Amino acid sequence: MTNKSVWSDSRFWQRSASWVTGFAAILLIWLTFDTSAQISMGTDSDLQNGVTKRVPGPTVINYKITYEMSTKRGHEVPVIGEKEKFFGRDDYSEEEAGELLHLGKLGSQAKNCMDCHTLLGNGGYYAPDLTKAWLDPAWGPEGSLQAMTGKNTKEEAMAEFLQHPSQYPTHARMMPNLGITAKEAKGLVAFLKHLSSIDTNGFPRNFGKIQGAIHGK
Amino acid sequence: MANNHLTGIGSESKQLATWYLTVAAILFGAQLLFGLVAAIQYVMPGFLFEILDFSIARMLHINALVVWMVFAMFGSVYWLLPDETGIETIGIKVGKLLFWVFTAAIVVVVLVFLFVQVGPADETTIWFITEGREYIEAPRWADIGIVVVVLGFVFNLYATGMKGNRSGIVTVIMADMLAFAGIYLAGMFFTDNITVDQYWWWWVIHLWVEATWEVYVGALAAYGLITMIGAHRKVVEMWLWIEVAMLFGSGILGMGHHYFWIGTPEYWWEIGALFSALEPLPLVAMFIHVLYDWGKTQGAQEALGKKTSVINNKPAFTWFVLNAFGNFLGAGVWGFFHTMPQVNLYTHGTQFTSAHGHLAFFGAYATILIGMMYLAVQGTNGIKVLRSTKTSIWAVSMIAGGVLGMTVALTLAGYVQVLVSRAQMGATWAGYFDGQSGMWFSQAMDWRLLMGFVTFLGFLLLAKDLLTTGKNPVHER
Repeated sequence: MTNKSVWSDSRFWQRSASWVTGFAAILLIWLTFDTSAQISMGTDSDLQNGVTKRVPGPTVINYKITYEMSTKRGHEVPVIGEKEKFFGRDDYSEEEAGELLHLGKLGSQAKNCMDCHTLLGNGGYYAPDLTKAWLDPAWGPEGSLQAMTGKNTKEEAMAEFLQHPSQYPTHARMMPNLGITAKEAKGLVAFLKHLSSIDTNGFPRNFGKIQGAIHGK
Repeated sequence: MANNHLTGIGSESKQLATWYLTVAAILFGAQLLFGLVAAIQYVMPGFLFEILDFSIARMLHINALVVWMVFAMFGSVYWLLPDETGIETIGIKVGKLLFWVFTAAIVVVVLVFLFVQVGPADETTIWFITEGREYIEAPRWADIGIVVVVLGFVFNLYATGMKGNRSGIVTVIMADMLAFAGIYLAGMFFTDNITVDQYWWWWVIHLWVEATWEVYVGALAAYGLITMIGAHRKVVEMWLWIEVAMLFGSGILGMGHHYFWIGTPEYWWEIGALFSALEPLPLVAMFIHVLYDWGKTQGAQEALGKKTSVINNKPAFTWFVLNAFGNFLGAGVWGFFHTMPQVNLYTHGTQFTSAHGHLAFFGAYATILIGMMYLAVQGTNGIKVLRSTKTSIWAVSMIAGGVLGMTVALTLAGYVQVLVSRAQMGATWAGYFDGQSGMWFSQAMDWRLLMGFVTFLGFLLLAKDLLTTGKNPVHER
């Protein structure tokens, strides 16, 4: 008589399930420690000393941000350049910038932005992705969205749009009025500018590089 | 005594189960209704503009989805607990009280979503109106309430499991529900760092739907096979442990596929690709498991010269088999389509995700939970063999056909979005709307709406069947 095979033994599989689950969970927790250290928000001195952080500090709003191909990494990465005025200033202190970002992040949740738009690609698919919205050429000096609002800077144009979205339709599908105040709009634009500075491993690909290619222009 | 528990007559636990399942069915209807509003808005953007905007309709659509499934999951546990443990559920009075607390809280949250909608950019909005985080928008006060209710539910489960006969199925559910409850805590904080925010947000969303909920479905399928076709418990429970090993083994680290583009390090590409590519495997196993056991028990009966079916609940078993197919197809195949980072770079955040979401939530969860509703109808009416009626066949065909139709339409829309908005136009505002304006995209959205209506009509038939079939004389009593 042969012994019962371990492969048909329920206890063997129960133990295997426990070990596999435990091992996967421990690996996840270990990776979480590593990732948490890498995604913690940077500081103002990081920015001044040229220390690259995956999520820069809030004072990144004092700088020009671009999205450029990195030959080393094989995809685009946000590049933080020289100083750039944001609502007329480029000297926001860590505290002031932090308050603006806090207001904007709260606003993004209080207005349910994520239920129409995607942020970092997550959310609703009813409206454009906002991950790199700050870098969208349409909001730039030659852009149609900036021209539409009649404002002279990117940040003022975005803030104006956010306060009166249904006055500036860009498609039959419009953004509704969400009661966003001037102060909240400023916070939201700061939040969007900070968002565009996050290193997203090259997502979205070719952002803003191919304007109007579909129409053969 | 055991017989009483089996029939569902005289068991308070089973009575509570029917309450949970009833509210679940109502919320399922609400989910479909708000889904229809959102689908209409894709076709007619002016529909309910600045009254019930897409953001609100969609928020109600996906929150009703999550909540009805949680309700049906709780109800199913209260239903199977007396059968598995052989005793009445302990602390059932507390369980019943918490049911009313839970239901009242959900009603308040929904009313606030509907009529208040948004708030000023401060903490009071997060506490009392909306947290604005997809799927778990419920404000903080409700989060705390949900934790209290879930702790009560877990207490009922543990007290009963430890006192009564703790079967393999109950053991799996006990471990799984503790993880399910604990993970919710990861979604209850505010941070200015959106990368940290989304990192932990996925702990709730992913570890629910791609780990703990799947294991729960495995346990339900095991219970269903034993009760509906008399499958051998030893075989079923061994399969269940294998499924747990495979589901948690792939699903926990499969979370990496949500960490490709949110600001997290590159190593998640490899981890996410590897483990999420393995995620369909347990779903194949579950599929084989259900069909194999069905064939095996039927064959054994026919070998004894009996030609009758081994199934004692036709509509419920139909939904369970549909679960085996739908889970593999919706979660497995449609998930695998876009889980590789090379592909996901372009498909992330498009209608592709939406197509996968529709078929996966339906295939993996809605099907089996509707099956549990039919088991409850059978039990509470003391029916030996519950047969399919014309209505139940039309209901399942229209719902499954409708969801499949929506999925195909959304997949086509996803292709347009990937090719036009992403690959050609580089994901800008203008590129987004170029994709949305294309003929292929808008026709896909017309089909999605039509298929949504088919699904909703199917739901009405399902509701009628669940309410009336218990009294139908065709069943064997």
